[in-house]
Amino acid sequence: MTSLGGSGITWPSVPEVVAVLLLQGGYNTTVVMVGVTLLGIAAGTVGTFAVLRKRAMMSDTMSHATLPGIGLAFLAAVALGAEGRSLPVLLGGAAVAGVVGVAVVHGIARHTRLPEDAAMGAVLSVFFGLGFVVLSYIQTLGTGAEGGISKFIYGQTAAMSARDAITIAAVAVGVVVATLLLFKEFRLVCFDPEFAEVQGWPVSAIDLLMMGLVVVVTVIGLQAVGLILIIALVIIPAAAARFWTDRLWLMTVIAAGFGAVSGYVGAALSALMERFPAGGIIVLVAGALFVISLFFAPGRGVLAGSARLLRLRLEVEAQHVLRGVFEQTEARGAPLTTPVSTDALAFAGTWSAPWRTAVLMFLWARGLIARPSTPLTLTDTGAAEAWRQTRSHRLWEAYFARHVAIAPGRVNRLADMAEHVLDPGIVARLEEQLARDGRLPMPGGLARPVRE
Amino acid sequence: MSPVINLPFGTPAAGADGTAAAPPPLSIHGLTVGYGRQPVLWGVDYQVPAASLVAIVGPNGAGKSTLIKAVLGLLPLASGSVRFWGEPLRAERRRVGYVPQRGSVDWDFPVSVEEVVTMGRYGMLGWLRPVARRHRQAALACLEQVGMAEFAGRQISQLSGGQQQRVFLARALAQESDLYFMDEPFAGVDAATETALVEVMRRLKAEGRTVVVVHHDLSTVPEYFDDVLLLNGRVVAAGPVSDAFTNENLQRAYGGRLTLLDDVAQALSRLDRKGVS
Repeated sequence: MTSLGGSGITWPSVPEVVAVLLLQGGYNTTVVMVGVTLLGIAAGTVGTFAVLRKRAMMSDTMSHATLPGIGLAFLAAVALGAEGRSLPVLLGGAAVAGVVGVAVVHGIARHTRLPEDAAMGAVLSVFFGLGFVVLSYIQTLGTGAEGGISKFIYGQTAAMSARDAITIAAVAVGVVVATLLLFKEFRLVCFDPEFAEVQGWPVSAIDLLMMGLVVVVTVIGLQAVGLILIIALVIIPAAAARFWTDRLWLMTVIAAGFGAVSGYVGAALSALMERFPAGGIIVLVAGALFVISLFFAPGRGVLAGSARLLRLRLEVEAQHVLRGVFEQTEARGAPLTTPVSTDALAFAGTWSAPWRTAVLMFLWARGLIARPSTPLTLTDTGAAEAWRQTRSHRLWEAYFARHVAIAPGRVNRLADMAEHVLDPGIVARLEEQLARDGRLPMPGGLARPVRE
Repeated sequence: MSPVINLPFGTPAAGADGTAAAPPPLSIHGLTVGYGRQPVLWGVDYQVPAASLVAIVGPNGAGKSTLIKAVLGLLPLASGSVRFWGEPLRAERRRVGYVPQRGSVDWDFPVSVEEVVTMGRYGMLGWLRPVARRHRQAALACLEQVGMAEFAGRQISQLSGGQQQRVFLARALAQESDLYFMDEPFAGVDAATETALVEVMRRLKAEGRTVVVVHHDLSTVPEYFDDVLLLNGRVVAAGPVSDAFTNENLQRAYGGRLTLLDDVAQALSRLDRKGVS
């Protein structure tokens, strides 16, 4: 290991990192890595439903509420003459306190007018505060156990034994199996709880099962990730997975995969950097996956969204141009394929130079204009499209002028051709009206008397 | 509509032995519902006739949706009783279908159209049981009935409002129920969806089923429905449309709220309907 200029922190070398990642870090490290990886899979699987049921904050409240349970379980065990640091005792205390925290939030939200998030904020901090007070008291006892307990706050994979890791792995597998078995029920309750209720499903019990699985993941993750950050391992992989797919089972698989990678890489790095809390490292890996998903996921990612917005703007602008050319040639009584300068299009005056280039390239790439430069000459495709668009536009205009009351917001004028949406009878009447006004577009340009 | 002789689903509970007439699909007695301290609905008494299309109408805040939700057990009753074919809801759940308000769910949820419709079959499946192929096929058949078969694989966020409504309708059809509750299914839908909704409702009626609809468009009540329940916190009038849906009762239900503006809006929408149909 190399020491960093007197900071006392030793950074692992690349070969060391590679060795650990290839499970060459020794028996204990390897078992812990496998255990934390399975923990990540369980967290991602359960997290999918916690996210979709909008229970992220509730889960966080629950995990913070475990702290006093850990401390009180330790005190109770010591008072009864048992080994206070026994893992089952501490985790049992954590689970009970977490569930009590959730129950208190439910009670407050149900019986008072306080909004649920206020109840969660209050319960989270009060329970956490109580936990700190209890821990401080344990410290004054001088049993030397406080170090063992405080690792539950931040997580410490290095202190985990192979046996702990195997327990975690077994429970994690159980959580995943339970989630898969209840997939249908969870999907129904997450999507439409009222409908589920009418069908006779016990929605509260199913919600309780869902939360119960989050509690189990929290408790088995306390050692590795710590109670402050364990919920991040539940929520972040699922939230990141949502960017990649619109299929629930695929989202579950991706969330489990992200959880696994976070656990695996995080546990490996923290095995090499004992001075850093394992929870922080694991969650940072998850966070990196989230940021990548946020920006680069196709479909729902930010970049893909910007690209779509740009495309929409180009499509709208292209429609303006086509209609503008139609109207120009109509006004001159010239054929539709007559060249028209962009200067003749009033709205083009506001175009910036790059935007002008983009619009012209867009029209050209679609085969609507002959060259990406002004004056514009419509191709045959472009002329046909210009006629179609102008006709639809005028039909919609005429329609909305008479029927404003009828849900205009429901119509996507960009995509919906008037004749596809409106009743044929209405279209015929609107066409008559347009023809009377001399504004009914004809293929290839206006064949009707020019309107002044 | 021809009279219905053979009911394809469910047998009347009390009529089987010939001693009593079959109890109505839904009977409500003295139903009072409230949020917190203030009741929203007082003493509602109403019996839904079998094989009929029923509209629940009334001004905003009249308790129309509240009535449906209370009847379905989604809201606690302050008092009163609700019977389905003479039985409590618990005993007849399988025969009761539901089309909630479109806005009640997150349409960005990661499920496909087919998966949503298949949820209508979940009531027939037990715990932990996966969805069998025949249930998926039944769901597809229901999608076909509402003209949405080609959308089966779509994610639901890609649907228009009317398409969403038809998906909910298909999900209810997949329940194969004898009594349906629909909460504002006609709200904000396009003409094609409205036509599909009416067609489905009439087919259900022809099959001997009953449909109870929270409805907001007074002008279509006589055309679409047999029975009407006029609500405004309590029952203002109830019964066959020809008896209960009178100007006088409407004035009583809507009070001053049925203003000139509403009259104009209705006249307009009637005019438009003539053009459409």
